[in-house]
Amino acid sequence: MTQITRRDALLAGAGLLAAPAIIQSANAQSNFNWRRFAGERIEVSLTANPRSQILIQNQREFEELTGIRVGSEAIPEQQHRQKFVIEFASGRPSFDVIGISLHVNKRQVGRARWTTDLKPMLADPTMTSPDFDFQDFGAGAVAYSTQADGRMDTLPEFTDYFILYYNKEIFQRANVQVPRTYDELYETARRLTDARNGQFGFVGRGLRNANVVLYSCFLLGTQQRDYVDANMRLLTDTPDAIASGEMYKKLLRDTAPPGVAGFNWNECQTTFAQGRAAMWLDGVGFATPLEDQARSRVAGKVGYAVVPRGQVRHHCCLFGTGLGISAASNERKRGAAWYYLQWAVNKQNQLRFLTSGAGAPARESPYRNEEAIRSSRFGRDYFETLIASGRIAHPGLPEIVPVTEFRDTLGAGLTNLIGGADVATELRRATEAFRPVLEQSERAT
Amino acid sequence: MSGMTDAAALQGAAADAARRKRAYARHYWPFVVPAAIVVLAVIVFPWVFTIWMSLQEWKIGSGRSYVGLANYERLLNDERFHWSILRTLYFTALAVVIPVVLGVAAALIFHRRFPLRGLARTIFILPMMATPVAVALVWTMMFHPQLGVLNWILSQFGIPPSMWVYDQSTVIPTLVMVEVWHWTPLVMLLVLGGLASLPVDPYEAAKIDGATGWQAFRYITLPLLAPFIMVAVIIRTIDALKAFDTIYVITQGGPGTASETINIFLYLNAFAYYNMGYASAVVVVFFTIIIGLALLLLWSRERFKDAVR
Repeated sequence: MTQITRRDALLAGAGLLAAPAIIQSANAQSNFNWRRFAGERIEVSLTANPRSQILIQNQREFEELTGIRVGSEAIPEQQHRQKFVIEFASGRPSFDVIGISLHVNKRQVGRARWTTDLKPMLADPTMTSPDFDFQDFGAGAVAYSTQADGRMDTLPEFTDYFILYYNKEIFQRANVQVPRTYDELYETARRLTDARNGQFGFVGRGLRNANVVLYSCFLLGTQQRDYVDANMRLLTDTPDAIASGEMYKKLLRDTAPPGVAGFNWNECQTTFAQGRAAMWLDGVGFATPLEDQARSRVAGKVGYAVVPRGQVRHHCCLFGTGLGISAASNERKRGAAWYYLQWAVNKQNQLRFLTSGAGAPARESPYRNEEAIRSSRFGRDYFETLIASGRIAHPGLPEIVPVTEFRDTLGAGLTNLIGGADVATELRRATEAFRPVLEQSERAT
Repeated sequence: MSGMTDAAALQGAAADAARRKRAYARHYWPFVVPAAIVVLAVIVFPWVFTIWMSLQEWKIGSGRSYVGLANYERLLNDERFHWSILRTLYFTALAVVIPVVLGVAAALIFHRRFPLRGLARTIFILPMMATPVAVALVWTMMFHPQLGVLNWILSQFGIPPSMWVYDQSTVIPTLVMVEVWHWTPLVMLLVLGGLASLPVDPYEAAKIDGATGWQAFRYITLPLLAPFIMVAVIIRTIDALKAFDTIYVITQGGPGTASETINIFLYLNAFAYYNMGYASAVVVVFFTIIIGLALLLLWSRERFKDAVR
């Protein structure tokens, strides 16, 4: 039996005496007035995805903390983009907080100044909770949320890296290693392709528009790396662009399933989840359905790795979303909306994103949470891949206004490559078609 | 004297009638106002506004400027737009002719009496009741080249797999197949209604004259059914020209631009590229094409009527 010594008793007594001081200190920490905008109501417009689901499911926490009432909507991505652009253009958007795909709408939103600069509020201690810890956000994510003129008009919420999914069972059976370069990827994919038995070495996006992000993976590995130069001149028919096109063409023609020219991510996911493809390059968000025992035949057999290296560089595509505050909202609503943003991307919610497999959070602290990672349903290689990808991430699409038109124009050429078209000809044609669109867009800036 | 009185009376009556007409117009014109406002608001104004927008360079999020006919000039040189028109016409031709032929054949079958006819008719018209987007999603799953049920069925008969909507050469015929499955029942219903209203006498007379079944169909049934078939053709043509939901959900205009019809092209320009001015010019041109086709169909209908008479 443990004896209580005099020393223990003295320590306990001192502890009791110190308790009020500790509580006072904690209160000082949490002296931040979360109820400053109590009674206000804000509208939040998000894209329908697992992350928005988490925010909506838990928004009661925010309402109880602040007394601010929240009306949330989550709309499918394509429709959401149209909705918020048209509403912003009308001058009277129906929302105060908006979720924005930075890889699609960043420049458009920034140019029109549809969302408010968050830096003044971030610097104001009466508006920003001391617990917010802005330093916790990854530098890449913060840069992605910041416009070229230095305004930070969204708060980073989610970073989407392209990673390599591979079927461990197929790899073990064939006794092959995870490829480290794109040349190795092609060779491995060829080796693992057994079309007669319905097994293919690789699957990836072939459908116009969607396919550009796969092509970006190869372009990021070249010396050129980007789609436009510093003067916003298009670089899509250069030797590096053509070499990337050659890789895209041979990989999809020689090692992917027939019909891949019409594959978007969902067809790729189905093919990989049914065990028909050995490798798949796509966003991190697909780990959850792949590990779902009820829907996937490869659950528990999926390996995760960073994308292979290119000839010169090693980057993975970075996409992401940010949360912004409508500049059209009145001052009090903007204040309430800023409180919502602080809550939405707080450490707890970001950890929820990571452990539920909803995507890679923009903060760094969740990746350091050993306990949460241990109890997650994903293997350690998944988290290691995310951390490593964060270090080599680079925007996967050019930061231009007509990005959808760019993806459609280049994407149509890439789809033709799968049909056997000449790479240089298709890329030149796409470049010629898109150049005037980009020039006109830049003139309007 | 009496002649003069008659003339004066007539003049007076005419003046009275004119007065009454004016009074009628004065008292009753307010009743026309609501309808006129609605027509102006929902038909005239959108049209005038669309034409006005087609003369502007306007990208959502940027400024707007008057550019005259520049958008129309751009359309003249836009290869992608030209191809979208050709694809629309190709799709429309197939999506009208095949359902009409099959629908007429089905109506002739279902017009005959046979056991469980009512049940068979009900099953036949089921596709028409399904929501286009839901139909499109189900077909998308069935078209998957490796995992779809259609290629599995083909394999059971030793037929090599098809790429369906995943290949540029087969995508339009495959989309037409969905359209045929969905809308043949409508044609069948329209023609079946026509068949039910046909008189019996001509058939009895033809029978007495020794006409064969084919002759009765060719010279009695078909001419009498012609107005109903024409209605079906007009409805199908309008439907096929404005087909969007099925195509967008299944292919989004791909692979490449192989199934990019004018509606998809228009949608992308307006709501993906936000080129409102250019998209408005597309609308104006598309509307002109539809008006042209409608006039052609009406003219054919009149010609057909004359030929039957």
